[in-house]
Amino acid sequence: MNGIIGKKVGMTSIYDEKGRNVACTVLEVGPCVVTQVKTEDSKDGYNAVQMAFGDAKVKNTTKALLGHFDKAKTGPKRKVAEFRDFNSVEKAVGETVQVDEVFKVGDQVSAVGVTKGKGFQGVVKRHGFSGVNDATHGQHNRQRAPGSVGASSFPSKVFKGMRMAGRDGGQQVKIKNLKVLKIFPEQNLILLKGAVPGHKGAFIVIEKK
Amino acid sequence: MDAIKFVQEQLLIKPDFPAFRPGDNIVVNYKIIEGDKERIQAFRGDVIQINGEGLGKTFTVRKMSNGVGVERIFPFSSPNITEIKVTKRGKVRRAKLFYLRGLVGKKARIKERKFINLSPKNNPEG
Repeated sequence: MNGIIGKKVGMTSIYDEKGRNVACTVLEVGPCVVTQVKTEDSKDGYNAVQMAFGDAKVKNTTKALLGHFDKAKTGPKRKVAEFRDFNSVEKAVGETVQVDEVFKVGDQVSAVGVTKGKGFQGVVKRHGFSGVNDATHGQHNRQRAPGSVGASSFPSKVFKGMRMAGRDGGQQVKIKNLKVLKIFPEQNLILLKGAVPGHKGAFIVIEKK
Repeated sequence: MDAIKFVQEQLLIKPDFPAFRPGDNIVVNYKIIEGDKERIQAFRGDVIQINGEGLGKTFTVRKMSNGVGVERIFPFSSPNITEIKVTKRGKVRRAKLFYLRGLVGKKARIKERKFINLSPKNNPEG
């Protein structure tokens, strides 16, 4: 899997070749430093390229990671990701990977990131329940209520996995099949069609099969 | 934020349309794609507002069609607009002419601007 690490910048819109206005996300991707190369013959047992992106402070980085970054002769980084069977470019430890070496316009890619945290949310927002669709006919304070969570004396319990209110968002998700609309190699920017998880400045791993 | 600005500047198509203002009567020729056929349709009417900046800048054209008011919003940067012609310069006292929606017939007319000052200060690009 080929890919690169980036940062969400924001959204805008672009006119495609048919003159339609499509929403797109702007991401600042790379240059990523290769921090480790794993090969099948070594003790790792599989082929992969590990890269890092986004400068971190020394005081916020563990000594173990600092030593790891020292091997690649680079400063501490905030995000490290591994791509198995990375084959778009041949890179050694310490070299940098640029966007245009990995992707080209028209590619179908996936974006992996952590969604915006929504806090403690009810069942309507969190699981898409419809709520009680009546404001009258004897309803009071029940418009967004979950309703029944199970039967009575049998089974005398609520089944595990019953969808209820709770913490929403802040999960890692992968958005598949996003089209690469444009690449600005000098500015390290890439435009993907549609939305990408997370807030502005969030780290996004972009993958291509 | 600067990266977004950079991208938007790169995407912005600088149209070479004649300058027009709210109150002007214009003809917009725009492409219509029906299936795989493409044709050009004209929309003639008064500009009643110019809205937004940069990539999202739009103008609204209002016309009366069989006694029914029809408004269309065009983005300045739309690649589907092939040509804009200014047919009449209007004299109006505000930037948004929404009051025209409540008027019909002779009252909905816009006075013509006789003396057109073509200095760049009075004629912003669009």
